[in-house]
Amino acid sequence: MEIFDILLSATFWAAAIRIASPLIFATVGELICERAGVLNLGIEGIMIAGAFTGWFAVYSGLPLPAGVLMALLVGMAFGALHGTLTVPFGLSQHVVGLGVTLLATSMTYFTYRLALPEVTSPPRIEAFAEWPVPVLSDLPLVGPALFAQTPLTYLAFATVAAVAFVLYRTPMGLALRAVGENPAAVEAQGLSVTALRMGAVMAGSGLMAVGGAFLTMSAFNSFFFEMVNGRGWICIALVVFGAWKPWKSLLGAVLFAAFDALQIRLQQMPIGAVVPYQVFLMMPFALSILALILMSRRAEVPAALMVPYNKGER
Amino acid sequence: MRLEPVADPGLGRSLGYPAAALGATVAFAMALALVAGADPFAVLGLMVKGAAGSKFALLETLNRATPLIFTGLAVAVAFRAKLWNIGAEAQLYAGAIVTVLLGTGALGLPWPLLLPVSALFAAVAGALVLLGPATLKLRFGVDEVVTTLLFNFIMLLFVSYLLEGPMKDPAGMGWPKSEKLIAEARLPRIMEGLRLHWGFLLALIAALGVWVVQTRTTLGYEMRAVGLNPEAARFAGLPVGRILIKTALLSGGLAALAGWSEVAGLKGSLTLDLSPGFGYAGIIVAMLALLNPLGVVVSALFVAGVFVGADSMSRAIGVPTYIADALTAAALLFMVLALLLARVRVRRG
Repeated sequence: MEIFDILLSATFWAAAIRIASPLIFATVGELICERAGVLNLGIEGIMIAGAFTGWFAVYSGLPLPAGVLMALLVGMAFGALHGTLTVPFGLSQHVVGLGVTLLATSMTYFTYRLALPEVTSPPRIEAFAEWPVPVLSDLPLVGPALFAQTPLTYLAFATVAAVAFVLYRTPMGLALRAVGENPAAVEAQGLSVTALRMGAVMAGSGLMAVGGAFLTMSAFNSFFFEMVNGRGWICIALVVFGAWKPWKSLLGAVLFAAFDALQIRLQQMPIGAVVPYQVFLMMPFALSILALILMSRRAEVPAALMVPYNKGER
Repeated sequence: MRLEPVADPGLGRSLGYPAAALGATVAFAMALALVAGADPFAVLGLMVKGAAGSKFALLETLNRATPLIFTGLAVAVAFRAKLWNIGAEAQLYAGAIVTVLLGTGALGLPWPLLLPVSALFAAVAGALVLLGPATLKLRFGVDEVVTTLLFNFIMLLFVSYLLEGPMKDPAGMGWPKSEKLIAEARLPRIMEGLRLHWGFLLALIAALGVWVVQTRTTLGYEMRAVGLNPEAARFAGLPVGRILIKTALLSGGLAALAGWSEVAGLKGSLTLDLSPGFGYAGIIVAMLALLNPLGVVVSALFVAGVFVGADSMSRAIGVPTYIADALTAAALLFMVLALLLARVRVRRG
């Protein structure tokens, strides 16, 4: 059976990990925001802004790591905007999030058109090259999949490890999780709910932007409109699928990416001649909805998610 | 920082802050113009002229406002009941598909019968599209924000499939576009020689109708009660689930009418770029109108004016037309903040 050949091939899993990488960054970013009690619907727009910023920085002559840093900073700036409106001012997280997505998207397109008024095919950059890890990359199957990726993929996995460590092994992580469950109790401990939530939204938004930058700096090597194509919304579903836990979310992202990689390969097979290609392209979105339904029963939603906190009210 | 409610905001607060938000939006526009290396006053002037400076410009703005009134109403109705319908884009396309299906000769009704029938079925299609996410929310507690957003992408791919497959125009020179509607299925112009179709007036009537439903009927009261506090509404014995389903049907139907009026009134056929984001812009329209159905008409005219004006300005001096998207998004954020500040006082500590 051809499908088994695909599932046992190293190139397939290498592709799955590559497709998962931007999702891992953005999913963990969203997870940090939501664990602190803030739903961040700015994710889609922030990923677009990050994708453009990273690419444009390198296109303008900065080295690759500086491009990633610029994307991170732009993401944090949009996070600061989202956080200011939703945390101290306690405005609707739905409305503000969508507003931030619309603003980040349009500002990105505006800047792109200003910077490159008359291009039909966007210029390419010299993107991150693969860094095969000595010895480990020679392992069968696992080697090419996990140890012959670009540095940004390694960074994605390291980020999950770091976030998991901070969330579960440090006092700050404890405070962050508590602020998403019972902000009044955190305030009673003498900690600032506002500062914790603002920090979480800014850090999370920065990671979303790095996820976007992965697309231009480690996958497509150039920027084009609509390249993020709903990945941000999918990441919100992945956070639910991962039950708001970093490693589970990573697993969800990889699983999801494997389906995506499979879908691309199925299009090349005999079945692809019968079934319209749009059906294959619908799969990721349909799969996300399915994941939401399956996980809805056992979802452990942070208790204070989407509940603004105002010291004046008790 | 602490927020204290103001007991009596007064006229100064409740008008001053929204006015300041509008001023901030204009200032943002001028800043963007400066960044683009253009004269800010020239940019503003050209935008106003392009949106309302001539009969042609004005009619163009009214035409552009038509789908925005429908999607704005769809969002206003849903958000009022705290049903977060971000899928107006998908519902719009569902309406457009049905309009093309019925209007290209499949249904042989004489003028003027075909139009109301196609409007009705378009609305039903849109209502059904939102029924899915609404049911998932009620049955499984799945957040409708994410499902309606994801449905937008699925619907666009479905339209792409239809336009390259079963609904493709054989005479379309290979372009992914549907056949043209027959004459009986087209919305006529309001006046001969005037480039404005009946869809605009119907949108106004729809706004009035929604206003009547919201302020004069039990359903309107129930939808508001559910939006204000679903727990309290349930405690008071209101059938919250059924009210949310009715809200979803109304909202989806209204969004679908945007697709119906665009196809039957303006374009005459279905293409993949039928909506340049009318569904998402509907959120801005509804929020700027404070979810008031009559206000939706005003804010739809404003948002349409910004877009039409930006198009015209961009053709004249080359500042990217995305300035319109940025402006309306900024206006949304300024306005929600202004509306809060009108109601509360910010205290330190």
